[in-house]
Amino acid sequence: MSATIGRRQFAWRQPSILPGFAPSLTITLVWLGVIVVGPLAVMLWFTAGLGWHGFFSILSRPRVLGDLWVSVWTAFAASAVNAVFGLLVAWVLTRYEFPGRRFADALVDLPFALPTAVAGIALSTLYAPNGWIGSLLAPLGIKIAFTPAGIVVAMMFISLPFIVRTVQPIIEDLEYEQEEAAHLMGATGAEIFRRIIFPAILPALLTGFALAFARALGEYGSIIFIAGNKPMVSEILPLLIMAQLDQFDYQGATAIGTLMLFVSFVLLLAINLLQAWVRRRHGG
Amino acid sequence: MAVNTPAIETYLVNTPVREKPFPFAKLALITVAMLFMALFLLLPLIVVFSEALSAGLGEYLSALADPGVLSAIWMTVAIAAVAVPANVLFGIIASWCIARFKFTGREFLITLIDLPFSISPVVAGLLQVLLFGTTGLFGPWLSDHNIQIIFALPGMILATTFVTFPFVARELIPLAQEQGNDEEEAAVTLGASGLQIFWRVSLPKLRWGLLYGVLLCNARAMGEFGAVSVVSGKVFGYTDTLSLAVESLYDSYEIQAAFATASLLAMLALVTLVLKAALEWAHRDELHALKRKKAAT
Repeated sequence: MSATIGRRQFAWRQPSILPGFAPSLTITLVWLGVIVVGPLAVMLWFTAGLGWHGFFSILSRPRVLGDLWVSVWTAFAASAVNAVFGLLVAWVLTRYEFPGRRFADALVDLPFALPTAVAGIALSTLYAPNGWIGSLLAPLGIKIAFTPAGIVVAMMFISLPFIVRTVQPIIEDLEYEQEEAAHLMGATGAEIFRRIIFPAILPALLTGFALAFARALGEYGSIIFIAGNKPMVSEILPLLIMAQLDQFDYQGATAIGTLMLFVSFVLLLAINLLQAWVRRRHGG
Repeated sequence: MAVNTPAIETYLVNTPVREKPFPFAKLALITVAMLFMALFLLLPLIVVFSEALSAGLGEYLSALADPGVLSAIWMTVAIAAVAVPANVLFGIIASWCIARFKFTGREFLITLIDLPFSISPVVAGLLQVLLFGTTGLFGPWLSDHNIQIIFALPGMILATTFVTFPFVARELIPLAQEQGNDEEEAAVTLGASGLQIFWRVSLPKLRWGLLYGVLLCNARAMGEFGAVSVVSGKVFGYTDTLSLAVESLYDSYEIQAAFATASLLAMLALVTLVLKAALEWAHRDELHALKRKKAAT
């Protein structure tokens, strides 16, 4: 409104009659600088102090590479399994009415609210060879706790809500008329899912997958208890940073921290692009 | 517009999707989804309370009355008591500047605020060590002046503030953007001052979002493990928070005491979930009214 009347040519902000822009922006920038950007810059500065050679010689240590690989494949496996079951849970909670639905819907957020250390000891106790689930699997020769499979289970627990909560609003907004029309034209349930529902929710599902993957990659609390913490087999990068700090190898910890920061940035970029795709698709 | 809608169309639009063409498939899907949730979400919660009470109520209560656990409760509350208000204040100020004004770089600011969400808690702790540890940037100055930040409460507060940084701001910013500035602008033209607008117009509008953000921020601040684990001295009964006490007890094979302590955090999580569901319920009516208001005009 007022913007069209007196708009200056290269104004970096639209005029507003509301007060408080300059002070609130200043405080926001300073606070952000002190708590988030400044400390991150210090880490990058310390990393720069290592030089390219020093940086890469730390990252090419077999233990770092091995743990990076373990981190990536366990996080990928956990997000992939969750993509299937998370979609199923989101679908069932949105589309069907059944006793306990509201309770189940609230329970989805449990991993957000439950401290990771609690999840860690609970999962480790459940899946240990003498635990409720572990003792059922032990006769079959399946070991979960203290193996890489344990890492996957813990990552599944902490990242499930990311997928469910990203897909749920999209399922809510799906136009049921399309499915109805397809059904009237003789499409089977599987066909309706594959050709109408799945393409509509795919961008959101991928966003949820990326969010879950990012969360799983950085997880520490729930994994330290259930992983075997055996280097290059059942140890992930956050555990390795902790191990380096315990040995006062600050350079190693810093280099690995920078690597993880870089991976976070790449994932953040991917998530932003995916979200833009979702917005284009659904016009929200 | 809605008045002219034929009855059959209103019926189709307003009737929730309940009757699916494939009742067997529906039943199977519900069963699998609920079994999955029971196995992966409910069972871990149950095992916490079952292990905590495994030696009876007396043992449970005496585990909680341990001075180390009591000190951990105090540490946890102390950290949240600083980190949560700090992030509330920041969230309110940041949402005022980002949601009420349009300027270049707004999206980038939001991305920066969200950044701690995608950074591993262990890296968050590492940052504090690099700043305030003995070999850190401010390490020499701090040791000259006999100030201890790492392995003490200040470092744990800083690490927790970093980890919970986006929680309040990211609830308030979209909500304030959604609500728009009309009421605030009307208040300005009526001669209200900035603070009057904030206290009497904006804050009441944002109250639900603020409560929601505080709830989630507090849950994370009280339960944080990775970040405080790096910067805590990890002395049970001295610098342990509840989460760290769970680890200390578990590692020294005091399993029942570890689960008793964990049950406190699990109860905090349950209270958080109940309040969150209640807020969402209340908020949902408000959103519905907003939507209907929009449709009517």
